Amino acid sequence: MDIFMEYVWAFLIGGLLCAIGQVLIDLTKLTPARILTSYVVAGVVLGALGLYQPIIDLAGGGATVPLTGFGNLLAKGVRKAVDMNGLIGAFMGGFTSAAVGISAAVFFGLITALMFKSGSKINEA
Amino acid sequence: MNISNQEYGELAKRHSPPSAMYKTIPLAFAIGGGICVIGEAILNMFQYLGLEPDEAGMWTSMLLIFMSALLTGLKLYDRIAQHAGAGTLVPITGFANSVVSPALDFKSEGFVLGLGAKMFVIAGPVIVYGISASVVYGIIYYITTLF
Repeated sequence: MDIFMEYVWAFLIGGLLCAIGQVLIDLTKLTPARILTSYVVAGVVLGALGLYQPIIDLAGGGATVPLTGFGNLLAKGVRKAVDMNGLIGAFMGGFTSAAVGISAAVFFGLITALMFKSGSKINEA
Repeated sequence: MNISNQEYGELAKRHSPPSAMYKTIPLAFAIGGGICVIGEAILNMFQYLGLEPDEAGMWTSMLLIFMSALLTGLKLYDRIAQHAGAGTLVPITGFANSVVSPALDFKSEGFVLGLGAKMFVIAGPVIVYGISASVVYGIIYYITTLF
C-alpha cells in the first residue's frame, strides 16, 4: 500500500475511534474509566469475532494504538495460548499479550511518580 | 412560572450548550488521529530496523507509554487532554496516563496505599474486565476447537 495512504488511514480510523469516545462522553456522561473499560472489552469481542484484524490491516497504528487494539491483542493472545496449551491457555493468553503494556505503564508510572513532583493542589498547599 | 421538575430538566437541557460538541468532537478526532499517526510512524521505524511486526508492535506500545509517562510527569499530557478529551484518553497513551497520573498525585499518601494502590484506580477495572472477557473467549474458543 502507498505509504502516504497508510498514514491517512491511521489518522482517519484512529481519529474516528477517539471521536466515538468523545460522543459517548458528551452524550452519556460516561466516565473515563468506563470508556477505557468498554473499549478494551469491545476490542476483545471484535477480536474474538475476527472483525478487528481487517481494521488493523487497513489502518495499522490507527487500530492498534487505541485501546480497542489492546483488547484485540488480548483475544489474539488467548487464541494462540489455547492453540498451544489447550484449555489452560484461556487463563494464560490475556496476561501474556497484555504484559508489555501493563508492565511498561506500571514501571514508568513508578519512575515518574518518584522523579516528578505532584501537581495536585493537596501538595501545593 | 409553574413547571414540574421534569419539564424544567428538559427546558434546561434544551437551552444549555451541548458542551460545544462541534468543538470537542473534531478536537478529539484530530488529536487522537495524530497520536495514532505517531504510533504508525514508530511502528514503521521499528520494522525498518528489522523487527518482526509483533515485536515492533510491542516496542511501539512500550515507547508510547514511556512518552505518555514523561509528558504526564511534565504536566503536559493533562494540559493537552483538557482540549483533546477522548482524543488523549482512548489511545494507549491515555491508559498510561490513567496509571501515571494517580501514582503521582497520591504519592503524598504513601508509597504502598497511595502511589502503589491508586495507580490502578482506572487501570484496575480495565484489567479486570479485559482479562475476564479474554478468559471467557478462551474457554469458548477451546470448546470450538474440540469439534
